[in-house]
Amino acid sequence: MTARSVAMTIDQVAVCFGGLVAISDMSFTVGEGEIVSLIGPNGAGKTTAFNVMTGFLTPSAGRVTYRNTALAGLKPHEIADLGLVRTFQRTSVFPNDTVHDNLLIGLHRQGRVRLIDSLLGLPSARASERMLRQRASELIEWVGLERRAHDAAGSLSYGEQRLVGVALALAAEPSMLLLDEPVSGMNASETHRFVELIRSIRDRGITILLVEHDMPMVMTVSDRIVVLNYGRIIAEGTPDVIRNDPAVIEAYLGHGAARA
Amino acid sequence: MRAISTIVAVAALASVPLWLRDPYLLNALITTGIFIIGAMSLNLLLGFTGQLSLGHIAFFGIGAYVSALTSLGFDVGLPGDFRLVHAPWPPIAGFVLGVVVAGLCGYFVGLLSFRVRGAYFVIVTISFAEVVRLVALNWVELTQGPLALTNIPSIALPLPGFGEFTLRTKMHNYYLVLVVALIAYLLIARLVHSHFGRAMRGLMENETLAISVGIDVTRTLTIAAVISAAIAGAAGSLYAHYIRIIDPEVFAFINTVTMVIMVISGGKGSLAGPVVGGLIFGLLPVALRPVMAPEAQWIAYGGVLIAILFLLPRGIVPSLTQRLGRRLGRTSARAPVALTETAAKEPA
Repeated sequence: MTARSVAMTIDQVAVCFGGLVAISDMSFTVGEGEIVSLIGPNGAGKTTAFNVMTGFLTPSAGRVTYRNTALAGLKPHEIADLGLVRTFQRTSVFPNDTVHDNLLIGLHRQGRVRLIDSLLGLPSARASERMLRQRASELIEWVGLERRAHDAAGSLSYGEQRLVGVALALAAEPSMLLLDEPVSGMNASETHRFVELIRSIRDRGITILLVEHDMPMVMTVSDRIVVLNYGRIIAEGTPDVIRNDPAVIEAYLGHGAARA
Repeated sequence: MRAISTIVAVAALASVPLWLRDPYLLNALITTGIFIIGAMSLNLLLGFTGQLSLGHIAFFGIGAYVSALTSLGFDVGLPGDFRLVHAPWPPIAGFVLGVVVAGLCGYFVGLLSFRVRGAYFVIVTISFAEVVRLVALNWVELTQGPLALTNIPSIALPLPGFGEFTLRTKMHNYYLVLVVALIAYLLIARLVHSHFGRAMRGLMENETLAISVGIDVTRTLTIAAVISAAIAGAAGSLYAHYIRIIDPEVFAFINTVTMVIMVISGGKGSLAGPVVGGLIFGLLPVALRPVMAPEAQWIAYGGVLIAILFLLPRGIVPSLTQRLGRRLGRTSARAPVALTETAAKEPA
């Protein structure tokens, strides 16, 4: 792996819910512009790790820093201000609004107009509105949903709704994107297009951390993989290293193979 | 198309006093108009943020009392031998103060209850209305309690260079209510189509996602509550200066229920909904009175309500625009239709 500057550092993070240890002593880093996947069997602590990194949960011990800022004590929207933005597993859209309007809601932070200016219809408010509409169209084009722009988001397929979720996250202009199981519920061709999208996002300089169950997809897209099991990191490395790691095969891929 | 139909509707409403000479009907239209303004303000909360204010009449009543007391003046004793004396001000100042005080009340109620929301907001608003009613009933020195505040002056518009123009006749008041209603309608329309309105919609549809894109929940809902309460206060003030007598019965729960019926039947979350629902349920009692016994009137009222909710469950305006849209061959962007279409496409 080429030397990159570090974007995010997870340093000896532990999370306990009462007596249950969800994560014990987790440490890893994500480099700028890297695509890192966090994998592990159900209950391994992946989503918990995600919640810690985005401020939805406070760790019992350890610290997370993003671009040299400690995240401890920051609220989710303050973390979003740092450029760290997440998507959600299930609730990824505003269902009754069109895709275009979804993006306009998602662009909330970009277009803060004073309320009184909007009510009076002042030119500044209208200019900001035009800028937002333009930006929303660009984002829709980026994730490839132009043809669905004027359909209600709730009427889209799961795969398309995921794309809306990603576009909503991109609307917040992140420098790092955390994707929570983005391809679950997608068919093979949708997954393939999603991988292309992830690459195009990275090519624009956005760091990506992915939590995902779809192993072929993870192996294709990741620069590096971190494997969690029972709240511990059991392996870390490039897809090739992970594929041949005995501990991983036993803990994870072994189960998958046995089920299949 | 939309602009033309709006102009036609406004022109039709503006022409009413020119051909309608029956004072009884004109009176019904004016009070209905005042309640429609209240219903529009309720719709701003219920239809666009999803928060049900079941004490909405409190803001209306506060607007009415503040406006009436400002223009009547008062002299009340305070603890410790102080007296609070207020000389009468012009009614127009009362109107402004009524709006401001109602807005402030909306701010405090919102601040208190939006941290928890949902059912708690409903309970806080009901309790608030009841507390305000009890104050109006028992603080006899200020409000005259059940004896009512009487002789409230009509609103007088200051005309620079001409002195004042007092709105004495029904026709004057009709136009006043129409103008205030139009302003309220425009204000709400601008609001819900603005950046801020989208934040409200986002919150209503998917709160977690809305927070994660940076929408401040409490702030957004509180601002909506302030504007809604202020508009309700304006309606209350118009009511006080038109009827010219108010008593604590103005805070009765049935008045809130009437506004809720207007909003739900017309279509919550649609701008024209409260206007259509308000005209139907405001004028229905007037239409039924000559043809039915009093007991039968209310049964018929309930029957019409049930029929509307049964046939047009999303409210008159959204359901009809959707049907019209379908007939014109446009695909509706509304979710319920769209969802059934996908369901039909995908064999589950």
